[in-house]
Amino acid sequence: MAIRKFAVVIAAAGLGLAACGQSSGGGSGDTIELTIAQNAIAGGKNAAAAGFVAAWVIPKFEAAQKAKGKDVKVKFVPSGVDDEQYKTKLSLDLKSGKGADVIDIDGIWAGEFAQAGYIKPLADVVGPEAESWDGWSQIPESVQGLATYEGKKYALPVGTDGRVLYFNKTLFQKAGLPADWQPKSWQEILDAGTKLKSSGVPVPIQINAGTAMGEATSMQGVLPLLAGAGGQVEQDGKWSGASQPLKDALGLYQKIYGGGLGDPKLQQEAKGRDKSFQQFAEGKIGILMEGDYFWRGVVNPATGVAPMKDRDQNVGYALIPAIEPGKGIRGQDFVSMSGGALRTVNPNSKHPKEAFELLAFTLSPEALKEETKDGNVRITPRTDVNKEILAGQPLLTFISEKVLPLTAYRPPVAVYPQVSVALQEATAAVVGGTAPDQAAADYQKKLEGIVGGAGNIAS
Amino acid sequence: MAQAISPPEVIDGDPSGRRGGYSSDAAGLGRLRAGAFVAPALLLIAAFLVFPALWVLYLGLTNYRLTGAAAAEPQFVGLDNFLDAVANPTFWNSTWLTVQFVLGSAVIGQVVLGFTIAWALRDRRGPLKRLVEGLVILAWILPSAVVSFLWVALLDRDGGTLNALLGIPGFAWLLDHPMLSIIIFNTWRGTAFSMMLYGAALGNVPPSHLESARLAGASGWQQLRDVVFPHIRGHILTNLLLISLWTFNDFSPFLLTAGGPDGRSEVLAVHVYKVALQSGELGYGAAVSTIILLINLVVAVFYLRLLRSKK
Repeated sequence: MAIRKFAVVIAAAGLGLAACGQSSGGGSGDTIELTIAQNAIAGGKNAAAAGFVAAWVIPKFEAAQKAKGKDVKVKFVPSGVDDEQYKTKLSLDLKSGKGADVIDIDGIWAGEFAQAGYIKPLADVVGPEAESWDGWSQIPESVQGLATYEGKKYALPVGTDGRVLYFNKTLFQKAGLPADWQPKSWQEILDAGTKLKSSGVPVPIQINAGTAMGEATSMQGVLPLLAGAGGQVEQDGKWSGASQPLKDALGLYQKIYGGGLGDPKLQQEAKGRDKSFQQFAEGKIGILMEGDYFWRGVVNPATGVAPMKDRDQNVGYALIPAIEPGKGIRGQDFVSMSGGALRTVNPNSKHPKEAFELLAFTLSPEALKEETKDGNVRITPRTDVNKEILAGQPLLTFISEKVLPLTAYRPPVAVYPQVSVALQEATAAVVGGTAPDQAAADYQKKLEGIVGGAGNIAS
Repeated sequence: MAQAISPPEVIDGDPSGRRGGYSSDAAGLGRLRAGAFVAPALLLIAAFLVFPALWVLYLGLTNYRLTGAAAAEPQFVGLDNFLDAVANPTFWNSTWLTVQFVLGSAVIGQVVLGFTIAWALRDRRGPLKRLVEGLVILAWILPSAVVSFLWVALLDRDGGTLNALLGIPGFAWLLDHPMLSIIIFNTWRGTAFSMMLYGAALGNVPPSHLESARLAGASGWQQLRDVVFPHIRGHILTNLLLISLWTFNDFSPFLLTAGGPDGRSEVLAVHVYKVALQSGELGYGAAVSTIILLINLVVAVFYLRLLRSKK
């Protein structure tokens, strides 16, 4: 405790001078100054979200507050970096009692941030109005769970997502594969990859691996494969070690990257994921496993970072199959993993009530409908809005109707991010030539150190 | 070293030799005044060097983390982090890579290249010399983040300019030769500093000595060995000290390769960043930082001893 208090004092002293420029300062006169931070930036990562906050949320919210007789000024704090870097920056901000008033975090950080005291239950920070927010009734319980830690609501969920296999229909046609491709087993993915390779596709299959891709390796790689082999990273407080499902998942990596169906170097590059996006858009990758972000934020013809003008005609999508029909978790034929972003009020905010109003405003039906106009559709947390905005959006309707019912979530516990890194290392080892059994054994050894000994690992 | 210690002097006529003697109020006042002059510097050193170093040492004795329960309630764990570091193969891999990085880019690259350029330009005047100096210095004055990204683009295996120039598309410099790439990059960046330092040092070598050596029939190498190097020995050692420490703590490898692939360019500075800020293990990171500080001190003392020995 002493350390933390001391760190806060040091930070407060050191940052005192800068405080007036950042966030929850008092402002002049009766003006209330609020800041809102997202990992989004104009012209870069999540540009559409950044543009929406700047062009719509801020002026509308300020005007609405003015109508209520309040002078509120909102400033957007952009970032356009890797999620891991954004997390580090946020952690340091919150540790030193700084940070924007309204902040976006990945759902999986909630446990760690709550344990550290960086975020607090909304009811404690804001008051009872956070619990009685009228939007809660529109958010399904499973989605509310993303924002709940040890029975308390720490944030509002911004949305959820699901994972599929994307494929390039032009390349498929050349390889003699159908435009409505839906593999029913891992072998069918490998078979398609072999045909793509024969037809000259440089990278037939891209499934994220390695540590350079960070959490993307877990979410769009090893965890869906683990689920497809009938495994879960954690269940009932016990962690899964060198289990058969893990060996199976690593075995698929070996077949892809050891068999010339994937590009092992792409998995090692610092910007490998971005490069894989670019290569898919350029027609160099046949099959790619990703979340719906890929559709919305990457190959989106209007605002994507690797836009494909012919996305709607040329990009196909399919459910991720289990290793064999019925062999996935819960006996499923198909699997997915889901995550979700959260938006919360910084406990250091000087104006928590106004900050919550801003937060709730960004998740009002009006704001969500506006945000998802012009091709920026995403699955929102609100069922009342989803019905309307998902109409005419085949991919997101597909995710919403076919993928979400069979999806799985990562364990919402503080230690998960470390476990995830160990899984990334295991995939990196296999892509680098280590045998799957050896990589699984090494993973189990690391896991024991992370989760507090062999007693916490399922036998 | 022994000659450096001299017997205590008699201060201000106090025959006892004691400082602050009863007989001299003026001396006390003088010391006070001196203290007042030195105090701000001492305070700054304490605030920005000594205190943070002690604080890092203390953090290294805890399980402090960036997030999670150990961020709120860190526990004292004694020397666990230090023992973990010593038992961690990644730490030793990083140490070995750092040695390669320092020896390769600082000692071999910058000193040899910097001296060679300075020697080649020593008697030259005119636009060519200014052009060469300008190009070399440009590498040094540009922000490392900017040039790192430029190099990443230059060395890229698919669209990189270097591969296009050499006609070797697909050659993965940063992936297959990560250490060589960062050594070349760091040499390129730091050569200007060495070149300027040696340029100035060569100006101090009396031309008459070189002339005499030439008349005596000394070869070019003999002139360098017997006339030039003895004259600039101090400059060489100072240069080695500064660029060794600079390279030891350089973070640009992170911008080039992020320590990858698979830790093959994870020098100690990158290792600390990864464990402390990316993985959030601040206590362990602090312990490794303390070890790095100790290694730096050893390196510094080694060079300073060399500098002081038989001038």
